[in-house]
Amino acid sequence: MIGSPRSWREKPQRYRYEAGKCSGCSKIFFPPRLVCDACGSKTFETQVLAQTGVVETFTIIEVAPSGFTDEAPYAVGIIKLDDGVKVTAQIADCKPEELKLGDKVRLEFRKVTEDGASGILHYGYKFVLA
Amino acid sequence: MDVGIVGYGAYVPRHRIKVEEIAKVWGADAPTYKKGLMLGEKSVPSPDQDVITMSVEAARHALTRSGIDANKIGAIYIGSESHPYAVKPSGTIVADAIGATPNIHCADMEFACKAGTEGMFVAMSLVKAGEMDYALGIGADTSQGAPGDALEYSAAAGAAAFIMGKEKVLAVCEHTHAHMTDTPDFWRREYQHYPRHAGRFTGEPAYFDHVVPCGRGLLEKSGTTPKDFQWAVFHQPNGKFPMRAGKKLGFSTEQMKQGWLAPILGNTYSGSSPMGLSAVLDVAKPGDRIFMVSYGSGSGSDGFIFRVTDEIAKVQKAAPQTREQLEDNPIYIDYGTYAKYRGKIRMLED
Ligand SMILES: [Zn+2]
Repeated sequence: MIGSPRSWREKPQRYRYEAGKCSGCSKIFFPPRLVCDACGSKTFETQVLAQTGVVETFTIIEVAPSGFTDEAPYAVGIIKLDDGVKVTAQIADCKPEELKLGDKVRLEFRKVTEDGASGILHYGYKFVLA
Repeated sequence: MDVGIVGYGAYVPRHRIKVEEIAKVWGADAPTYKKGLMLGEKSVPSPDQDVITMSVEAARHALTRSGIDANKIGAIYIGSESHPYAVKPSGTIVADAIGATPNIHCADMEFACKAGTEGMFVAMSLVKAGEMDYALGIGADTSQGAPGDALEYSAAAGAAAFIMGKEKVLAVCEHTHAHMTDTPDFWRREYQHYPRHAGRFTGEPAYFDHVVPCGRGLLEKSGTTPKDFQWAVFHQPNGKFPMRAGKKLGFSTEQMKQGWLAPILGNTYSGSSPMGLSAVLDVAKPGDRIFMVSYGSGSGSDGFIFRVTDEIAKVQKAAPQTREQLEDNPIYIDYGTYAKYRGKIRMLED
């Protein structure tokens, strides 16, 4: 259960892939954060992530947590985007046994989970093979 | 003032199921559907795809082709009969995801399979009236047919989005026409999971008696004949109906085949003729004229005549093309997987 408030708060990153770029040292954070861990700066500008990248590492989820059971088995990977930012997300629409390190992927807008049968639908990003 | 399409985009999910696979489960005769209704396979949305996710992808492709900033869009109308929420607009999520909020008019449209073209018509009319510079109309559906019902062989998923504007227009809308009566050929009552239809009644008094008169009215109003068009697109509840309606109006297979997606896509309801139009725009040349008639049960048709401009060549390859998405890398699934993906299996409730 994620609930409406959190879902709403995270819209910039989950809907529009907006990262925070540190005004002090240019390090990019996704999801955005309040203080830069490299230089301590508290000012950030919005930067939209590159929409394509490569699979750096991945794992196959065979036993899925509730809310994701109808999609198992599915892949979750760390993707290195073309702008150097690393993002962890599900890799959708692929046969897990066919997925390889270095595969090219792109971001796609998907439903991430639902708060049960009557709650909010949560949307965001997943990767698909490019 | 020339008003029309300044950006377009479509989205097709990757999963497909073949007609034979569905027929096998219900002991039905696959050739009846393949030859009789000209249906070969249909698209199936993943469990994490719905009208909202497909609309976002189609709208992003339309934005890429238009080259405009999303915040210049003054209205968004998504036509669908499978909006994910019963109460809560799809348009708010799509507008926020593409960066078009907060100064934007929005309401979801509903009119069986005609809601998409109605959204396009309203979007275009607002631009024409000078209310705004750009407006977005989307047709999208992830419709379901009851297990074993004839509709299960055709009910597919897809979306097409059109940004209407008056600058750098790719396809000028020269004429529109509407033909609507109260004809109960297909409906779904509140809280019902699957729609019902009036069998053969859906053909003659419903589909053909709206699509054909709408088409005739549009030809008359515009003073054109089928020869004036390079392309024609009709609503596609199956592969057979649009071809028959087109022939009745005097169009040839040659004019219709590029936008005739149903045999490999199925019926994407509100997305159907809009996706056909997107496939035509992918290959159309400057000066080409496109004739389009939608259909929605209940019943009504919207007709449009578009004239393609010089701008088209610059944008055709700027985003994924419709037939390319249809033909590249489909993932074929069996009926069991399809039933799971489409929520047709009764699960233990939390
Ligand atoms: Zn820093």
